[in-house]
Amino acid sequence: MASDTTPRADAPAPAGITPDAVRHLAGLARIALTDDEITRLTGELGQIVDSVAKVSEVATDDVPATSHPIPLANVFRADEVGEVLDPETVLAAAPERGGDRFRVSAILGEEQ
Amino acid sequence: MADDELIRLPASELARRLEAREVSSVEATRAHLDRIAEVDADVHAFLHVSDHALETARRVDEARAAGTAPSPLAGIPVAIKDVLCTSDMPSTAASRILEGWIPPYDATVVARLRAAGLVPLGKTNMDEFAMGSSTEYSAYGPTRNPWDLERIPGGSGGGSAAAVAAFEAPIALGSDTGGSIRQPAAVTGSVGMKPTYGGVSRYGAIALASSLDQVGPVARTVLDAAMLHDVVGGHDPRDSTSLTDAWPSFADAARAGASGDALRGLRVGVVTQFDGDGFQPGVRQRYAEALELMAANGAEIVEVSAPHFEYAIAAYYLILPAEASSNLAKYDSVRFGLRVVPEGGGTVDQVMAATREAGFGPEVKRRIILGTYALSAGYYDAYYGSAQKVRTLIQRDFDAAFEQADVLVSPSAPTTAFRFGEKVDDPLAMYLNDITTIPANLAGVPGIALPTGLAPEDGLPTGIQLMGPARSDARLYTVGAALEAALVDAWGGPLLDRAPDLAPGEMYAAGTGAV
Repeated sequence: MASDTTPRADAPAPAGITPDAVRHLAGLARIALTDDEITRLTGELGQIVDSVAKVSEVATDDVPATSHPIPLANVFRADEVGEVLDPETVLAAAPERGGDRFRVSAILGEEQ
Repeated sequence: MADDELIRLPASELARRLEAREVSSVEATRAHLDRIAEVDADVHAFLHVSDHALETARRVDEARAAGTAPSPLAGIPVAIKDVLCTSDMPSTAASRILEGWIPPYDATVVARLRAAGLVPLGKTNMDEFAMGSSTEYSAYGPTRNPWDLERIPGGSGGGSAAAVAAFEAPIALGSDTGGSIRQPAAVTGSVGMKPTYGGVSRYGAIALASSLDQVGPVARTVLDAAMLHDVVGGHDPRDSTSLTDAWPSFADAARAGASGDALRGLRVGVVTQFDGDGFQPGVRQRYAEALELMAANGAEIVEVSAPHFEYAIAAYYLILPAEASSNLAKYDSVRFGLRVVPEGGGTVDQVMAATREAGFGPEVKRRIILGTYALSAGYYDAYYGSAQKVRTLIQRDFDAAFEQADVLVSPSAPTTAFRFGEKVDDPLAMYLNDITTIPANLAGVPGIALPTGLAPEDGLPTGIQLMGPARSDARLYTVGAALEAALVDAWGGPLLDRAPDLAPGEMYAAGTGAV
C-alpha cells in the first residue's frame, strides 16, 4: 500500500498521459485518487496536454523565458525578529497536537 | 432614508452621506445585512456573514461623532472574497480542506480595510482555490447570477461580483489570477479591476499561482473601485513582490475621467485577435457600440495586433497548474486544515494522500496533477519552459501595442452568463471563458472591466476590458470613468437599475429547497 502513495522522487514519470502516469503523478502529489478518478483524469488530462502543447510552436531557442511579470531585484530587510505568532495561536488550528508540537502518525511504514 | 435606497447608493455617495451625518454606518450596515437575509438564500454570494458587523459600524459612528473618522470610506460595508485571510471569520477559499479554518492573522488588504474604518460584512463564495470561471467548483455550492438565477455569476470571484450586483454590498474585494475579478464583472454588469502585478499586497491572500495572482476591487462604479483601491493598495513589506511605487489617488483619477474630456485624443487600441468567431453576437455588438461612443467623444480607434495572445491560454494552463501544485502542497494535514486518516490508520504520507483526496474537488485535483506533470523531469523544458517563453512573447506584444495605443480594449468575456452545468464537465470549454483576461495576468499589466449594456439576444450583461501598461492603473480609472459616464448617459441610468427585482425570490428558494 505504501508503495502506491510514496513513489521514489527520482523515478521517471511514464511517457504520455496513461492511467499509470496519472497514478504515478497522483502519488507524487499525495492525492489518493480512486480508480474512477484516474480513468476520468487520464482522458481529461490527455486533451488538456494536447491543447497546451501548442506553446512549443513559438517557444524557439532565441526567446528568453519570463518567470515573473514585473522584474524585481532581491528584497532584503534587517535581520531582526519581527512580529511573530505565539505557539498557542499557531497550534490552535492544528488537527492534532502533542504539547507544543504538531502531532502526526508514523513517518515510516513497516516495510521501510 | 428607506433601506432600498441605501443599498442602491454607490459607495462614493454613501460615503458623502455618512460624512454629512445624514445616515449612520449602523443604518447602512443594517440595510445591507437585511438585504443579505432577504436575497442570499437565492443568490448565495456569501459563505459566511459576520456576526459583529453592526458592532464595528457602531464604533465607526462613534469615531465619526468624535471627529476621528479614519478615512473617506469609514463606515462603508464591504464584502471580502473567501480567498483572503480574516482573523475573525473562517477563510476557506471555498474548499473542504479549509472548512472552518480561522486564520491567525488578517491579510494586509483586510487589515487596511479595518484601519480605514470599513465594515466587513462577510466572506464571498468562489471557485475552490480560485480555480474556475463559474463558482460551480465551490465546495459549498455555486453562487447564482442576480440577472438570472439559473445562470453562473462568473468566477472565480462570482460571490463578490454577485454581492455588489445584488445590492448586498456596495463594494467587495476580489482576486484575479486569470480573470477572476474581470470576467465575473462582465457577466454580472458590475465593475472589476485587476491592478498592476505588485500594486496590491498579496500577504494573507491564499495563493493560487504566485506569479499571476493579484488582489483588486469589485464595485458597481469605476469611482467606487478606485476608492477601494486607494484603501488597500500600495507597498507592503510583508509581500516581497509588492511594488515600492508611490501611487497617485485613483479616486482623483476616476473623478477626472467622469467630469473631464479624457477620451479626446486618446488612442484606443482594438486587439484584432479578440473579436470575431467565438464571441457572442450581442457581446460583439455592445463592444462595437462602446468603441463608437469612445470615438464620438474624441478617441482615436486604432487596430493593434497581438499575434501571441492566441497562445496565452495554453501558456496559462501550464504556468498556473505548475505554481498551484507547489502552492497547494501546504495542505498536508499536519499544521492546519482537514485531516483524514485512512481506515486502519497509516503513515503520514498515507494520511496526507487520504486528506487531499477527500479535501480537494475535481478541478483542484485536475490542476495539481497537470502541474505535477508539467514540472516533472523530461517534460519541464517542453511544457513549463516553453510556457515561460510564451510569456515573454506576450509581454513583447503588449510593448509593441502600447507604442501605438494608450489603452488596449477587448470584450471582458466572450459570452454572457451561461447556464449552470453547461461547461462544468468540459475543462477546455471552461478555460476559454478567460481568453481575453489571461494575457494581462501573464504580462502583469492592469485591466479593468466595465459593463457595455445587455446583449439583445438574451438580455444579459456584456462588458469591455481596458488594459494599460504596467503601473498605468490611474489611466484606466480615468478612461474607465469617462466611458462609464458616456454609457450611463446613453442608457439614462446605471445598467444595474435594469436587473430584475430579487426581493420576491423567496418563492424560488422555497421551490428548490434552499430555505
